[in-house]
Amino acid sequence: MSNETLLSVKNLEVTFDTPKGTVNAVRGVSFDLGRERLGIVGESGSGKSQTGRAILGLTAANGRITADEMKFHDLDLATLTPKQWRKVRGARISMIMQDPKYSLNPVMTIGDQIIEAYREHHKVNAKEARHRAIDMLEAVKIREPERVFNSYPHEVSGGMGQRVMIAMMLIPDPELIIADEPTSALDVTVQLQVMAILDDLVRDRGMALIFISHDLQLVSSFCDRVLVMYQGLVVEELKASALHEAKHPYTKGLLNCLPKMDGDHSDLPILEREASWAEG
Amino acid sequence: MIEINKLNAWFDDNHVLKDVDIKVPKNGSFGLVGESGSGKSTVLRTITGLVDDWEGEIIVNNKELGPKRDKAFYRLVQMVFQDPFGSLHPRHTIDRILTEPVNIHGLGNSDARVVEALNQVGLDNAFRFRYPHQLSGGQRQRVAIARALILEPKILLLDEPTSALDVSIQAEVLNLLSRLRRELGLTYVMVSHDLAVVAHMCDDIAIMNHGRIVERATAEQLAEGTLEHPYSQQLYKAAGGYDRAIVDTFVDWD
Repeated sequence: MSNETLLSVKNLEVTFDTPKGTVNAVRGVSFDLGRERLGIVGESGSGKSQTGRAILGLTAANGRITADEMKFHDLDLATLTPKQWRKVRGARISMIMQDPKYSLNPVMTIGDQIIEAYREHHKVNAKEARHRAIDMLEAVKIREPERVFNSYPHEVSGGMGQRVMIAMMLIPDPELIIADEPTSALDVTVQLQVMAILDDLVRDRGMALIFISHDLQLVSSFCDRVLVMYQGLVVEELKASALHEAKHPYTKGLLNCLPKMDGDHSDLPILEREASWAEG
Repeated sequence: MIEINKLNAWFDDNHVLKDVDIKVPKNGSFGLVGESGSGKSTVLRTITGLVDDWEGEIIVNNKELGPKRDKAFYRLVQMVFQDPFGSLHPRHTIDRILTEPVNIHGLGNSDARVVEALNQVGLDNAFRFRYPHQLSGGQRQRVAIARALILEPKILLLDEPTSALDVSIQAEVLNLLSRLRRELGLTYVMVSHDLAVVAHMCDDIAIMNHGRIVERATAEQLAEGTLEHPYSQQLYKAAGGYDRAIVDTFVDWD
């Protein structure tokens, strides 16, 4: 694993103008990413998803992004035109969304959607594209790729849908994958199976991964490094293997308030939030 | 308090519950765990009268249930649903949401009851005249619990009551549910996909798969991890987080 920096984010801020005033969703997030797996963890409203979306230029129209630096290799992401973005999104940086039910096109067969993703970035004929798509469905361990290829998204299960999504996002062979709660809508065993598929593909193809999730334990068992976010700030950065050495009271509180299978029915420790955590 | 024998249920031609037996003592807390489609929610929905096509014996408070539920049943048994965003009327104030069941049952004195119910779930009186969209997820779930409690039931059926909530909020709501059971002498049947939540909240646990109970365990057995059925073992391992080697041992239970 080389240490070259793929993505460099410095002092990223995302601000939304709403009728009720401005909302500072992300407040000065900085990190460098090599060919590694970075987890971004936080509760709802912590700014974890907005951080991921800002990197891909997917912030909603009422949002403003500022950053001292947002570079992908030598590319300054902050100044890309829509035309230039189309060469980056999908091809070089790709995103796996949470729920396949809402992010796959319901009136297009799965095969056609994967082919579309591939041919957007690779000039190949229809036969070759189809061949590639079937191979990719096999790579995400779908047992009957031909059948799934001809199915519509509503005809497959949630776990299968998410495998299709991974196939679609990985087929252009991007360097960086941003996965935003990719398995949160799935059952636990299916969730882990889908993560194993992602694990293997990311490893084999040497991709970098940003894994965004609310589940601190899951993320730390999967990633190399974890950023813990609270109200738009990164309050702690941890080596994933050193989760038990977390120092910030928010991180510790998040770990402590999880119910455990220890036969103890007494009350769970409550996370007492302190105003100082939200001060940048 | 609740006894279910040989419960079978169907959705059209789909046989969704197969010979389910459950026994919950008074003031007990029983947990049903399983993945989507295991039938765990269907057990609750059948008890509460939301499933039409079923066979078997459901005895609640020494009374066998027929095809219809009367008003007295709903004073005794109330249900809390998973999604606090979908289960509260978006255009009714909290006051109206809580008053409605009181009026349906003609209990009277709704004003004092609403204040009492909000108090029980730890919500300030200021919430009374707000709308659901003005509340956070955790506050909404407290309202849903208050709505169930306002009829002074003895049994609460809890269908994934915290799975839509952040973990810190989940801890607060679980503590609230534990306290209410202690203070009000309630009996719970709780459904969850999360083994740890059920292990924490319940004394007796049943693990369901494809409409059948595959294993029963006590909270102590879960703590020791002494589960026997391979499906329960798989579920138990999956609760431990991501481990590439363990995932390879998983089998599909279709």
